[in-house]
Amino acid sequence: MKITDETIAHVSLLAQLELGEEEKKKAAAEMEKMLTYIETLETLDTEAVEPLTHLFASDNVFREDIPSGENGAEAALKNAPLVKDGMFKVPKTIG
Amino acid sequence: MSKAYETVIGLEVHVELQTKTKIFCSCKNDFGASANTHTCPVCTGMPGALPVLNRQVVEHALAIGLALNCDITPVTKFDRKNYFYPDNPQNYQISQLYLPIARNGQIQIQVDAGPRIIRIHEMHMEEDAGKLLHDEWDDTSLVDYNRSGVPLVEIVSEPDLRSAEEVIAYLNELRTIIRYLGASDCKLQEGSMRADVNLSVRPVGEASMGTRTEMKNLNSFKAISRAIAGERERQIELLESGNTVIQETRRWDDNKETSYSMRSKEDAQDYRYFPDPDVPPVHIDQVWVQRIKDNQPELRAEKLRRYKKEFDIPEYDARILTETKRMADLFEATSSLCHKPKKVSNWLMVETLRLVKERGLEAEDVNFSPAHLAELIDLVDQGLINGTVAKEVFEHIFDEDVSPREYVEEKGLKSVNDTAALEEIAKEVVAKNPKSVADYQGGKEKALGFLVGQTMKVLKGQGNPGMVNEILRKLLS
Amino acid sequence: MDVSKITASELAAKIKTGEYQAPEVVTQYFQRMEACEDKVNAFVTLDKERALAKAEDVQARIAKGETLGVLAGVPVAIKDNLSTKGLRTTCSSKMLENYYPTFSATAVERLEAAGAIVIGKTNMDEFAMGSTTETSAFGVTRNPWDLTRVPGGSSGGSCAAVAAGECAFSLGSDTGGSIRQPAGHCGVVGLKPTYGTISRYGLIAYGSSLDQIGPVTRSVADAALILEVLAGPDEKDATSVRREHYDFRSALTEDVKGLKIGVPKEYFSQGLDTEVAEEIKKALDILADKGAIVTEFALGLTEYAVPAYYVMASAEASSNLSRFDGVKYGYRTTVYDDLAQMYKRTRSEGFGEEVKRRIMLGSFVLSAGYYDAYYLKALKAKALIKERFTQAFSQFDVVVAPVAPTTAPKLGESLKDPLQMYLSDIYTISANLAGLPGITLPIGKDLKGLPIGIQILGDCFQEKAILKAAYALEKSRPYQAPAIGKGGEVDE
Repeated sequence: MKITDETIAHVSLLAQLELGEEEKKKAAAEMEKMLTYIETLETLDTEAVEPLTHLFASDNVFREDIPSGENGAEAALKNAPLVKDGMFKVPKTIG
Repeated sequence: MSKAYETVIGLEVHVELQTKTKIFCSCKNDFGASANTHTCPVCTGMPGALPVLNRQVVEHALAIGLALNCDITPVTKFDRKNYFYPDNPQNYQISQLYLPIARNGQIQIQVDAGPRIIRIHEMHMEEDAGKLLHDEWDDTSLVDYNRSGVPLVEIVSEPDLRSAEEVIAYLNELRTIIRYLGASDCKLQEGSMRADVNLSVRPVGEASMGTRTEMKNLNSFKAISRAIAGERERQIELLESGNTVIQETRRWDDNKETSYSMRSKEDAQDYRYFPDPDVPPVHIDQVWVQRIKDNQPELRAEKLRRYKKEFDIPEYDARILTETKRMADLFEATSSLCHKPKKVSNWLMVETLRLVKERGLEAEDVNFSPAHLAELIDLVDQGLINGTVAKEVFEHIFDEDVSPREYVEEKGLKSVNDTAALEEIAKEVVAKNPKSVADYQGGKEKALGFLVGQTMKVLKGQGNPGMVNEILRKLLS
Repeated sequence: MDVSKITASELAAKIKTGEYQAPEVVTQYFQRMEACEDKVNAFVTLDKERALAKAEDVQARIAKGETLGVLAGVPVAIKDNLSTKGLRTTCSSKMLENYYPTFSATAVERLEAAGAIVIGKTNMDEFAMGSTTETSAFGVTRNPWDLTRVPGGSSGGSCAAVAAGECAFSLGSDTGGSIRQPAGHCGVVGLKPTYGTISRYGLIAYGSSLDQIGPVTRSVADAALILEVLAGPDEKDATSVRREHYDFRSALTEDVKGLKIGVPKEYFSQGLDTEVAEEIKKALDILADKGAIVTEFALGLTEYAVPAYYVMASAEASSNLSRFDGVKYGYRTTVYDDLAQMYKRTRSEGFGEEVKRRIMLGSFVLSAGYYDAYYLKALKAKALIKERFTQAFSQFDVVVAPVAPTTAPKLGESLKDPLQMYLSDIYTISANLAGLPGITLPIGKDLKGLPIGIQILGDCFQEKAILKAAYALEKSRPYQAPAIGKGGEVDE
C-alpha cells in the first residue's frame, strides 16, 4: 500500500492533526510499513465469516427511561479551558 | 428556458422523540433549563463515560417503523459517525448506518392530483447534538449540551417526491402518524421535527437522476416551499448555462430567500462509520414486534376507512378530523354521545379550528369534554338556544370547559320560546316600522329579514329566530 | 512492619485484627515511595493527605467495631487512565495534564467500597499506547529489577509499583497485554479477566472492544480476592456481563490433577528467547508432576492476531481520542485564529508521537474505501481467532503461553522500531481479541537476573481454571521481590 502526500493530508484532516513536513514524511513511511504488514490479513480466507463486532451480545441491554444522575453545569464546566455564561467557549463556528 | 425540468426530491426527516430521558444517559430530555444543567459525563463526552441505551427510544422507533410499514431489522446495531464539531462532545455521533432499525417502508399521501405512495428507504435511531449560540460580543460561539443526547429518529425517504406540495403532504402525514403514536410533537418551528431536502432536477422524460444537493435549516412549511422553488431554479439555471450542479450541503436563509454552500476545506465528508463497541446490538423478536403492534393506536388510514363506513360525513371532513388524534378522539367521543356526527364534525371543523388558530394553539392542545359539546348540540337542536348564543357558549366550553346547560342557565341565555311574549314584541316592531311593513307587503321579501332582525334585537339575541319569523309572517299576512 | 513484600490479603487481615494500624500502613507506603520513586518513577500523582484521612477513618471504624470491607485499609495504586473523582487523571498525556474528573470509575468505586485506599495514580504509556511505559509525557518508569530497563507497558507504573513494594496492589488495564506483559517483566502477578467482567465505566478508552481492567498483585490469591471485589455487571457499562459465579477464591487449590493444559506449538517456535522457553518448560513440568496433562497442539492463525489487533485498536482509538479537542477539558493550544486551527494545534501539541501514529493509522483504516479491507476484515479475523480458541478449549482447560519474547528490554530500545515493538505483543493479543481471561505470574529469572513470567489463558468465564493452575505453580515458585536494582540500591 503506497501512501501518497494526498493520503497523509486527508488522514491528518480526519484526525485533526497538524503535521510538519518532516512529520508527514515520517508518517507516510511508517504507515506504509505498518499497512504492508497488516496486509497479511489478505491471505486469510474470510469468505462467509460474520464480523465479530461484540463478544457477548446475546441479551439486550437497556436502561429504563427514568431520570437520574444529572451532574449539572458546574461539573460539566469544571475542566473547561474557556467558559462564558455557563457555556463552553469556542472559536466561532459557521452556520 | 428551453427544456421542461422535473424536480426529484428525497427527504431526510429528523424527529426528536418524547422520552423522559436522553438516549444514552439518564439526564432529562427537557428544554428551557439554563445551559448545561441537564448534563452528565455521558452527554458531555467526558473521558471514560459510556452510553447505555434507553429502552423507550427503541419502543418509539419500533412503533414509528411499523406505522411506516417498514421491515424491522431483527438485530439492529449502532455505529459511530466521526466528525469534529463543538456541538458534538465526543466528536462522534452514535447513529445507525449498517443495520438501521427499520427499512423498506411506505406511506400514502394525498395531493390535489390524488393519492401517491412515498417509499421509505430506512429509519434509524441516533443522538442529537448540543446547541451552539453565537456570541456577538466577542465573535465566538458558546456550547450548551442540554440537547446533546436527546433521542432522534431519522426517516429517509426514497427520491419519490416531485413538488413542494408533495413534500408538505408527506411531512404532514409523517407528523400525523408520529403524533398519533405519541412519539413526538413534531414541531418544525421548535426543531422537534427537522427536514433536510435532497433535491435534483432532470429533463422531463430522463430516467437517470441529476446531481443532488442537500438543503438544511428549513424551519417551516413556507421555508420548505420557498427553498424547493429556489433550489430548483438555481439548479436549472446552472444546467441551462452549461454548468454543473455540485453535490453539496447548502444552508437555506429564509430571510434572504437564498441558500449558500456549507462546504469548507476543513470538511472532509468522510465519516468513518464503524460499529460502536460500547453499545451492544439490539435483538428484536416477533414477540416484541407483536406487542408494539397490539398497543398501536388506530392510525389515520384505518380511521378514514372506518369513518367512511360508520359515520355519515363527507370525506373532506374525515380527512381534517383525522389529521390529529386529538380531533379524531373528540369527534368519536362526542358523536357516540349525541349520535349527530355531521353536527359534531361542523363544530370541530369550523368553530374549534377557528379558535385553535385564534388562540395560537395546536389541535393537540384542545382540551374540552366531549360531553359538553354533545350537550351544546342538544341545546341547539331542542331550540333552547339559538346559533349565535351557541357560538358564544362554545367559546366558553373551548376555553374553560364549562357545562353549556349550567352556563346558559346562569347567564340567562335561553331562547324566548313563549309564543305570546314573542307576538307582543313582534307587534311593537311592526308598529314602529311601517315602511318595512309596506315594503314586505308590496312584495319585498327582504324587508321581512329586517323586521326579524329588529325583533331579535329587542330580544337581545335570545329569541328563537324560526319562531320569530313565523310570527311576523302571520302578523303581516 | 515491612509492607513492601506483604500481600494485600495478609495486610487486610493484619489491619482487621489490629496488628497493623491503617494510618501507619499508609505512611509506610509513602515512605517506601520516598525511597524508590526517584529511581522507579511509577507514579504520576500521589494523594497522601486524602489517603491518610481515609486510613484514619478506617481505623476509627475498626475501633468502633464496625464490619469493614475485605480490603479495609489496604493501599492501592490506580493506573492513570482510570477516572478518580477529584484526583488528577492524566493518561500520562500532556492532553490531560490538568484534568480532574468529576466521577470515579466503577472499578475504583468498588475498591473503595471494599475499604481500599487510593494512594496515587500510576504512570503508563500515553493513553495506554505502548509496551514499555516510555511514551508517558511524565517520564519513563524504570524496572525495579534493573533500572536501566523498561518495566513493560502500558501498565508499567502499576506493575513497577507493586514490584517495588510501593503499594499493596494496583489496578491496570489490558488492551493487548498491557497488564500481563509488564507483570511478566516486573515479576508480579497480573490478571486480565474475561471481557465484560469488570465494568469499563470510567476507564478512559483506548480500544473499547478490547479494553479490560484487572489487578496487579504479589500473589495469585490477591488476584482472586480483588477480582471478587471488582467483578459484576454495572448498569453504566452495557458491555459488562452478569456471570454465574463470583467465588474466584474457591479455585485456590493446588489440585491440578487431570487439568488439561494445551501448549500452542506456534508460540514456542521462532522468536522466543531460549531462556524464557526453558523456564516455561520447567513450569509445565512442575504442573505435570502435580498431575496435569500437558499436550502440545497447533492453535493456528497466530500470524493474524497482531495485524487484526492493530487495525481494531487503532481504529477504535482514533474515534475514542477524538473527544480530546480543547473544548470541554484538557489542554487547549494558546495561539489560534479559528476553530480548525484550535483543534489541530491542540491535538498536535497535546498528544505524543505514538498516540498520533495510532490515530493516523486508525483514521486511515476507517476512511472511505478502506473500511472493508481493514476494519471489517479485522472483525472477521477476530471471529476466526475466537473460533480457534473455542476449539482449543473444547480440548483443554487452560492454554499456556509465554508473555513476551524476551525479558524486559533496555530503556530506549523498543521505540526505535514501532512495528518490531508491536510484534512483541504476539502472545498476549489473542486473549483480547477473543475476550479470554489470562494471568501472568513469575516463574523464574534469566541469567541477567530479570524475571520471567508465564501466561495462562482460559476459556471465556473460566477464570477459576487459570487461577487454579497459577496457584499451583506459585506454590512451587513463590513470589520474590526485587532488591531495587542496579544503579540505586534501596534494599541492599
